[in-house]
Amino acid sequence: MESGIFRRNLVIGSVLALVFLIAAIVSFFWTPYDVTQLDIANKLKKPNAEYWFGTDHFGRDIFSMIMVGARTSIAVAIVAVGIGLLIGVPLGLTAAAWRHSLLDELIMRSNDLVFAFPALLIAIMITAVFGPGAVNAIIAIGIFNIPVFARLTRGAALSLWTRDYILAARTAGKKSFRISLEHILPNILNLLIVQGTIQFSLGILAEAGLSYVGLGAQPPVPSWGRMLAESQTMISFAPHLALFPGFAILLTVLGLNLFGDGLRDLFDPRLRRESR
Amino acid sequence: MSLRKLIVPLLLAAASVTHAAKTDLVLGMQLEPPNLDPTGGAAAAIDEVVYANVFEGLTRFASDGSVQPALAKSWEISDDGLVYTFTLNAGVKFHDGSDFDAQDVKFSLDRARAETSTNAQKQLFAGIASVEVTDPQTVVITLSQPNGALLFNLAWGDAIMLSPDSFDKAKTEPVGTGPFVFSKWVQGDRIEITRNPDYWGEPAKLDKATFKFISEPTAAFAALMAGDVDAFPVFPAPENLPQFEADPGFQVVVGSTEGETILSTNNKQPPFDNKLVRQALAHAIDRKSIIDGAMFGYGTPIGTHFAPHNPAYVDLTANSMYDPEKAKALLKEAGFADGFSTTLKLPPPSYARRGGEIIAAQLREVGITTEISNLEWAQWLEQVFRGKDFGLTIVSHTEPMDIGIYAKPDYYFQYDNPELQSLIADLEGITDPDARTESLQKAQQIISDDYVNGYLFQLAKTGVANADIVGLWENSPTQANDLTAVYWK
Repeated sequence: MESGIFRRNLVIGSVLALVFLIAAIVSFFWTPYDVTQLDIANKLKKPNAEYWFGTDHFGRDIFSMIMVGARTSIAVAIVAVGIGLLIGVPLGLTAAAWRHSLLDELIMRSNDLVFAFPALLIAIMITAVFGPGAVNAIIAIGIFNIPVFARLTRGAALSLWTRDYILAARTAGKKSFRISLEHILPNILNLLIVQGTIQFSLGILAEAGLSYVGLGAQPPVPSWGRMLAESQTMISFAPHLALFPGFAILLTVLGLNLFGDGLRDLFDPRLRRESR
Repeated sequence: MSLRKLIVPLLLAAASVTHAAKTDLVLGMQLEPPNLDPTGGAAAAIDEVVYANVFEGLTRFASDGSVQPALAKSWEISDDGLVYTFTLNAGVKFHDGSDFDAQDVKFSLDRARAETSTNAQKQLFAGIASVEVTDPQTVVITLSQPNGALLFNLAWGDAIMLSPDSFDKAKTEPVGTGPFVFSKWVQGDRIEITRNPDYWGEPAKLDKATFKFISEPTAAFAALMAGDVDAFPVFPAPENLPQFEADPGFQVVVGSTEGETILSTNNKQPPFDNKLVRQALAHAIDRKSIIDGAMFGYGTPIGTHFAPHNPAYVDLTANSMYDPEKAKALLKEAGFADGFSTTLKLPPPSYARRGGEIIAAQLREVGITTEISNLEWAQWLEQVFRGKDFGLTIVSHTEPMDIGIYAKPDYYFQYDNPELQSLIADLEGITDPDARTESLQKAQQIISDDYVNGYLFQLAKTGVANADIVGLWENSPTQANDLTAVYWK
């Protein structure tokens, strides 16, 4: 079967993810309708040739809102993963470089502390203190990402530190800092990319969840989660209000997960060998 | 005994049970009251549970908003309008068995108007100079100046009668004189009241009533559909009403409330201290879009802070017609040709959240940028109502005849106009109905001309109930769910 299933994951996943990425990018220049323009007279229209996905309770075009909502989701997820990578990876590398030291303990136990709280709880805590908004949602999701990357980095780096070529580098007089940067980081990069993709999809899900409970992007910025929340009371007579943002979340998260799986299988030579 | 012998009587018993009309009622409410003492809290939910059910005052509001005798059987007013002599109903007992008499009236009124009183509507009692007991059935209230609204004021939930023996328990275990006795409060879920067998007046028809608190509109819809809740006097999601209307199992009654829904404007915060800016706001708002978009058509446009069903109401909507071009011109005149930005803080009800999005879009059209923040009620009370930290907010003022709030310069929207303040102060002393109407209309005109707030619409009472329930209030002249006359067909 020659890793066919892996390829298929990769292809389907990347196509799905690309569709939403393109929608988000295009939304900067063009949407069928202006999403901040309300048109109460045209509210709750069923999907038709004029409004492809219909209109919501304010007469806004749902297709346009999904496009701009993709932008919101992706922006929040990218920055949140970025925060996780930029803070979590250095923390993990440091912990691995000075493994079993007090510093290592300090870093990893504080990570455990953050990890012990569910992401949503951290988000509610942050938004309760600083008020709801997209920026605070990003920070909340980003904080949750830090221990994920820190743990992954430390775990992977630890096994590398025992390798002969690291030993060689040390005998050559390289300091821990340079070894981490020049030998460890490049070798765990594929792991980080795979994890980043997964965290990216989780970030989109978390943003949708926060918006759903009213803690994410505030109106009038469209957001998939809030679209879902607002459609709740109308689901029995205008189901398209909930279906489209629901599918948007489902397909993006599914796509990113498939993409992440595909990448992992592609990067992991052991898995490939076994499947042969 | 054969199985058949056992089943037949059971079936018969079951059949006879279903024929008898139900005598209990589950009523849905969106907000749970913080406590149950109407004399110690401003929350509408308190009165919505206990008013006319558990507690009564000397007078009371009937379902049409008129003031009727309650614990006071009758009264006489002296010719100078200063002395009111109330004759109390005989044989009235508190739920704990103690007698209700003139001493309790004196206690309750003195407590409400005392310096240290925490009554949320203390101004209702402001004109009372003394309360004297002449005999157990007679109370004399003397005023410092004539007050045409005294009987109306005494009908408020904030003026109910408490016993000196049990007033301190009113917050959690209220003891009143009403047709229902408080029985149980399961915090976060429900409050139960049962019929008072020793009631002095016409007894209640229901044996038991339960107030169930459901904050989520979706859950409220499901609870009604499933029959877990028999009635929702103020159903929170107007978009669902057509579905109930189409269902023969339900009755939908859309009535009026005392809720003036307004775009409250912080009159002390620049640029809203400039009347031109407030006028621009008023002309930038399209009420029809707001009523259609936020309330699905339920609501009556208003142009001032007064209920349209009140005989003294003046339709001033033309004063603030939707005219974005005029709004832009006014902003330019005020020195804001490029617009400005402000905050729009929204409490949870859908009129505010949805109305806020629509208003934000309308204001954007004339160049005003609003930063929306959605707040929970506790945050709203803290930041907006007490902290006065807001530019704009949307809220429905559900107290009856509350135009007097415009005479309080430290009220949260901070409108300070001595002309209106003296007008309202003089109103107290006017007993002639025509002169009262004239003053009230003048007050409406002043606040409309000053564009104090954006006047949006009168909130509709969107009641949904099982089709077999009779006797629920159609309108909401005060915050109440009077269950005295409610029964099942």
